[in-house]
Amino acid sequence: MRDAPLLEVRDLNAWYGESHVLHGVDLDIREGETVTLLGRNGAGKTTTLRAIMGILRRREGVIRLRGQDLLKLPLHKVAQAGLGYVPEERGIFASLNVAENLMLPPKVAESGMSVEEIYRLFPNLHERRTSQGTKLSGGEQQMLAIARVLRTGAKILLLDEPTEGLAPVIVQRIGDVLVALKERGMTILLVEQNFRFARKVADRFYLMEDGRMVGSFPGPELDAHMDQLHEVLGV
Amino acid sequence: MSTIFGIPAPALYGQILIGLINGSFYALLSLGLAVIFGLLRVINFAHGAQYMLGAFAAYLLLNYVGIGYWPSLMLAPLIVGAVAVVIERTMLSRLYSLDPLYGLLLTFGLALIFEGMFRYWFGAAGKPYSPPAQLAGGVNLGFMFMPIYRGWVVIASLVICLGTWLLIEKTRLGAYLRAATENATLVQAFGVNVPRLLTLTYGLGAALAALAGVLAAPIYQVSPLMGSNLIIIVFAVVVVGGMGSILGAIVTGYMLGVLEGLTKVFYPEASSIVIFVIMAIVLLVRPAGLFGREE
Ligand SMILES: Nc1ncnc2c1ncn2[C@@H]1O[C@H](COP(=O)(O)OP(=O)(O)OP(=O)(O)O)[C@@H](O)[C@H]1O
Ligand SMILES: [Mg+2]
Repeated sequence: MRDAPLLEVRDLNAWYGESHVLHGVDLDIREGETVTLLGRNGAGKTTTLRAIMGILRRREGVIRLRGQDLLKLPLHKVAQAGLGYVPEERGIFASLNVAENLMLPPKVAESGMSVEEIYRLFPNLHERRTSQGTKLSGGEQQMLAIARVLRTGAKILLLDEPTEGLAPVIVQRIGDVLVALKERGMTILLVEQNFRFARKVADRFYLMEDGRMVGSFPGPELDAHMDQLHEVLGV
Repeated sequence: MSTIFGIPAPALYGQILIGLINGSFYALLSLGLAVIFGLLRVINFAHGAQYMLGAFAAYLLLNYVGIGYWPSLMLAPLIVGAVAVVIERTMLSRLYSLDPLYGLLLTFGLALIFEGMFRYWFGAAGKPYSPPAQLAGGVNLGFMFMPIYRGWVVIASLVICLGTWLLIEKTRLGAYLRAATENATLVQAFGVNVPRLLTLTYGLGAALAALAGVLAAPIYQVSPLMGSNLIIIVFAVVVVGGMGSILGAIVTGYMLGVLEGLTKVFYPEASSIVIFVIMAIVLLVRPAGLFGREE
């Protein structure tokens, strides 16, 4: 079982109410791998993450973490099984200060980063630890959203467009953080539209269109797949 | 005798004290309502009944089991809180996915059932409950005579409100509660057992109401309808303070209590409606309430 994927998604279908959004999505992530999900607006990337997390409950198929069936778990057990979620809208709480936001998610394993390590990685957050969470700049809020799940000891990070709407310097910073996490052996599922950013960290790409996976290739082969990429992303 | 604006000073102080006492109960009850509403989005119409149950628990413990005031301060909230936990688990939790109106209807129905049951068993008349010996009697403060028990109620309610506020603002559990009030799904996606948090919150809110009921027993007498008389005013307090605002509930509770007392002195005819007049004005000028966040 050494090569068995850490996270395995098979034939995943998902619905918002009556509207069928995911149509048989397959996806594998091996331990320590960074996998990037590309696709244009409305392709179903966020929905895929929400379905894996169990935030979207109406779903069918197989989602297994180290062989454990996540589909049957109540929502709070999924984080406890080792998934750390960084939502697209960041989800910083206005009624909590920065430190409280950081400490909010309960630990799921002892392997998480210490608060000191996190503050070393994100000095801004330390400086502003007593500010109201939503008073931070967009970039700082994104850092906080990432930092928040690093403390918990989650095995896999699900990052939904962490660079969306941020200035190039901040994007660069977040890229550095992802590289550092990768070097520590973190497993990452990254949703991105910015493939120039993603190519710095991605071991593998998945292409998504209309709720289906339409392609997959290793990171180094990105250039060879430019035509398909342009077609799928519409850029 | 000294007078203030033509009113004898002792009468004025007396009404301020009565206002503070009433305000203590407004604050305690609206605090629980606000916490429950904030997280569960349920307007807990059973809150008055839970207050009444607290008072009756103390009364029954004393008269049937011989357990006095001080242990009842602990036991009555525990009993009523446990009943509330069962109600939340078996009934209320099934309604969260539906329109909030269903939660309101359920709790309203439960309030009618509890009040009806107790009226059937014990009649509508109020039953006396003596303050504990340690708090009997009164002291002369120089400017007025104060029954010791009333002073105790004001201080106890302040301590309870402050304690609850600290629990919500300064502890980890409180951080879960505040965060889940904003976005329960995300908090649960972080691994917090939110369904259990909801149960706990409803239990705590009901226990708070029951605690207020025990405190009230020696002052207002114990009767099946003591809660329904009070709860309408408390809803007005919550609206004035801002639905779901903890601090708003506490401050507004005391403030409106004292204001009502003062109205009794200066313009007695308006004393029973002053709170509702203020509610109407606040709704017109600041619909989110004095302390509420505009959404
Ligand atoms: N809450 C919702 N209710 C109904 N339909 C939704 C909801 N959220 C998304 N959808 C639909 O599901 C489809 C996939 O949306 P999704 O948010 O997963 O796309 P995405 O790939 O993340 O896009 P983006 O790059 O804009 O974030 C879209 O057609 C969208 O309109
Ligand atoms: Mg998205």
